[in-house]
Amino acid sequence: MLDLYGRGWQMLEGGLVTVQLCLTVLPFMIIIGLLGASAKLSPYRSLRIIGESYTVLIRGIPELLVILLIYFGGTIAVQNIAEMISGEETRVDIPAFWSGVAALALVQGAFASEVFRAAMQSIPIGQIEAATACGMTPSQIFIRIKLPQLWRFALPGLNNLFQVLIKDTALISVVGVEEIMRKAAIGAGTDKAPFTFYLVAMLMFLSFTTVSLIAFNYLEKRAARGIARA
Amino acid sequence: MFEDLIYVLGKYDTWLWRGFLLTIELLVISVTFGTLLAIPLAVARVSKKLWIQAVPFAFIYVFRGTPLIGQLFMMYYGVGQLISNIDGIQDHWSWAYLRNPYWYCLLTFVLNTSAYVAEIMRGGIQNVPSGELEAARACGMTPWTTYSRIIFPRMWQMIWPAYTNDVIFTLKATSLASTVTMMELTGAARKIVARTALPYEAFISAGVIYLIIVYTLTFGFKGIERYLRRNERRKDKQPGTAKAASA
Repeated sequence: MLDLYGRGWQMLEGGLVTVQLCLTVLPFMIIIGLLGASAKLSPYRSLRIIGESYTVLIRGIPELLVILLIYFGGTIAVQNIAEMISGEETRVDIPAFWSGVAALALVQGAFASEVFRAAMQSIPIGQIEAATACGMTPSQIFIRIKLPQLWRFALPGLNNLFQVLIKDTALISVVGVEEIMRKAAIGAGTDKAPFTFYLVAMLMFLSFTTVSLIAFNYLEKRAARGIARA
Repeated sequence: MFEDLIYVLGKYDTWLWRGFLLTIELLVISVTFGTLLAIPLAVARVSKKLWIQAVPFAFIYVFRGTPLIGQLFMMYYGVGQLISNIDGIQDHWSWAYLRNPYWYCLLTFVLNTSAYVAEIMRGGIQNVPSGELEAARACGMTPWTTYSRIIFPRMWQMIWPAYTNDVIFTLKATSLASTVTMMELTGAARKIVARTALPYEAFISAGVIYLIIVYTLTFGFKGIERYLRRNERRKDKQPGTAKAASA
């Protein structure tokens, strides 16, 4: 039915890279999101300004532009820093994979910080007051009270973000990372069968987003298991 | 560093300006036709008949579940190749249009936007209070009148913030047109980088223009939101008259 000219394995390899990309970005996205949310809710004005301007900037710039900026600009920046340290001309190449991860983490982290902020604000203030009254330090309150409940409030938003993330990894093909889209483009070019290859690529992406949707729905149910009975 | 920026802005300002205009053009056409197409999709999506629901559901599911860049390549390279294989098409007058990436971009953006907007509209339509629908039926409104007088005005009120987000999403999506050789804002920036090897200056200039567009849009759409919610404002200002009217 679908003749892939013996490139089926190549496409699967691309699929593996896409999965790797998603799973590598995910922890960074969560960490940046938590930091961003904490900055936005911080009692210090300067931190709030940093947090807010970060999301304001990222929200308004296309992901593709961020990816290109980090890929082309990041190399120059790292090279300059390396030259400053070593004092001689050095040639540095940032792997496209990692510049892509950095760009996506930066973009998704901004949206995640919005999700986490809303989630943090959903935690009843009485619980925080109770924890303070028990003599917990702010970091103890964060780990014992906020973090465990954060998941339940943040999961629907993270579900959405992960969908976006899966789709955004396709953009990294532009800087040459051999994920699904890039593999499909190679096949489309050399075997003169763009329709078939892109169709397969789309089906792969559709199955990834579907699996992620099912997984997150399960997690959402699980996270709410103590509440659902009410 | 600023000399480079001034150099880029001075020498390539026409490229950025033309890129800006093309970006706006793509955005306006995509959002307009995408929204128009989304209305029947959303109405069909909330239909009680399963077979009417199924078509928009599948359409929305596929377009929201796959990356836009893939849809674009599928259209431009995939469908484009199928068209170019038709016998004698290359001598036909329509060939000039059929090989132009502009039309493939627009078609993809319109379909993509319509899928996202239809999903938002579905949420809006389903959240119209059932009491209002019952009241409309009790007044003897036909389904058509109910939609135009009750459901749509209500829906727009509710979905406007999400719709604003979606317009911004579409704006950012137009940057993908640069991957099929279109010279919109991102495309112009990429070409400047290719010429000058000054990635910061070119990409950041483009980024600032995007930011200006986004926050102008956000501001304008906030104004429209106030207009859409004018009924609520009237109630806030004159609580006495609102109460008297309801009593």
